Amino acid sequence: MKKNKDSEWFIHAVLLAGVVVVVFPFIWMILSSFKSLPDFYSFSFWPHKFDFSAYKFIFKETNFLQWYLNSIIIGAIVTLSCLVFNSLIGYTLAKYKFPGRKAIFILILSTLMIPTEMLVIPWYMMGAKMNLIDTYLGIMFPGLIEAFGIFLMRQFMLGIPDDLLDAARIDGMNEFKIWWRVALPQVKPALSALGIITFLGNWNAYLWPVIVISTENMRTLPVGISLYATGDAGGIQWNMIMGMSTLAVIPMIIIFLIFQKQIVEGITLTGVKG
Amino acid sequence: MIKSTIEKSRKIHPLKLKTKQTLVAYSFLTIPLLFFLCIRIFPTLYSFSMSFSPQYGVGFTVENYQKLFKDHFFWQAVWNTLKYVIITVPIQMALGLLLALAIKRIQHFRWFYRMIYFLPYITSIVAVSWVWRLMFDPNTGFLNAFFGILHIPPQNWLSDPKEALLCISTVMIWQSMGFSMLIFMAGLEGIPKHLYEAAQIDGAGKGKMFWKITLPLLNPTIVFLAVTGVIQALQTFTQIQNLTAGSGSNAGGPLHCTISIVVYMYQNAFQDFNMQYASAVAVVLFIFILLVTLLQLRVLNKNIEY
Repeated sequence: MKKNKDSEWFIHAVLLAGVVVVVFPFIWMILSSFKSLPDFYSFSFWPHKFDFSAYKFIFKETNFLQWYLNSIIIGAIVTLSCLVFNSLIGYTLAKYKFPGRKAIFILILSTLMIPTEMLVIPWYMMGAKMNLIDTYLGIMFPGLIEAFGIFLMRQFMLGIPDDLLDAARIDGMNEFKIWWRVALPQVKPALSALGIITFLGNWNAYLWPVIVISTENMRTLPVGISLYATGDAGGIQWNMIMGMSTLAVIPMIIIFLIFQKQIVEGITLTGVKG
Repeated sequence: MIKSTIEKSRKIHPLKLKTKQTLVAYSFLTIPLLFFLCIRIFPTLYSFSMSFSPQYGVGFTVENYQKLFKDHFFWQAVWNTLKYVIITVPIQMALGLLLALAIKRIQHFRWFYRMIYFLPYITSIVAVSWVWRLMFDPNTGFLNAFFGILHIPPQNWLSDPKEALLCISTVMIWQSMGFSMLIFMAGLEGIPKHLYEAAQIDGAGKGKMFWKITLPLLNPTIVFLAVTGVIQALQTFTQIQNLTAGSGSNAGGPLHCTISIVVYMYQNAFQDFNMQYASAVAVVLFIFILLVTLLQLRVLNKNIEY
């Protein structure tokens, strides 16, 4: 019995050492955001004086708040669209019998094999033709419906008993209402999981946004931070970059801490189901 | 009662019900199908056709692929990408499995460890890359200061051609091991306890139990993590762009020794504006991913046969 306790202490010690490695970059980021530029000429752990000038500059002199707003708007719309369309398509593929059902399902699934990287060039050329470059719609359109989400929703919709839907039909509900009122409430956990991973994916998306965005006002947070950091020929303004990173990362960490259980379950659920 | 009514209605109007179902289904599916055709299928075909087009003018040509074959930088990008795969995937999976096993063995604070180790996965790659870039900085970064305490000579990290790729891989592993851990935890949860109890009665040791029970039963989890990990590493872009690009220098340095397939494609398409040549690069990436996917299907089918 005692031996077991010893080994438990040992495991805690190892895990805590790992925790330091995982958390340290975040602490370093926050500390660095309170340094003034001369603090970066040589190594220092603490700021010489807690200096808020980086934050003042970020809010006054850059478009940071606009980037934040862009990220929130784009994330919210794409997530909403994915929830509606993916669940409707998943429901249709799971619960209706019609010719071509299997072919359509395979067609949608097979698009999962196509990497985004291969599509960005055609998307860019299409976007240029349709005047979508540097617009919200241009940033959003590739993600509005998503094959993995359809697959996930179909798997969950398969579990809804047919009798439940037939009963609603007898009651005279139309088909659209049956999906909305009867089917959707049955798969709420899967919906919230899908919503979380879609929003996270969009919040952190970089490759397509950095291609399609051309003016400063349209930038999303990752694009804004990245281009601001490499944009100044006079060298990297570390305190500013760390301030922006802190402002981008801390709210996500807080949201994660609050919804920890749902997020972890959602990611596990989608990971395991996929 | 309800069921019998439905059956009756099915008997009276068997055809009508089926037609109605088909109509409703297709009315729900029309817009999404158009979307998939326009946003996924057509661009894929377009990408292939562009890779066989000359940069200026029209017509069919294989010159993009000929050029690709002789392009030293392209092969460097392919080789680097394979290095990212070979370095990051096994290490992040091994660390994830070790963490999952360790957390499973303790009684208290499991949720705390799970939460902390998963944290990097949900944070923005761009933000995290810049934080690491500051830590790697040879003059003011934390890592050289830390090495100084341990009396290890300072390193050049991202500006050293020998170390840069390893530095980027470290950031990738740091960020994704929490995901492996989470999936392994779910996989371990699914192994029935009575198997271990039975093995204990038979006198099996801990090591034997791990190799004969835990690892074989984790097989689907391992395949899933390996495939998603390989595909993700093949697509590495954001980390390289943010860890190595400067105001005057392209990403993928120093001396092209961190450039990946996607970074190379990006530079050809959106800095040199040779979309046709970049499409050929993209097609190669597509073939790599296709091979991994087909391999996965084979492995999974084999499992079913057993």
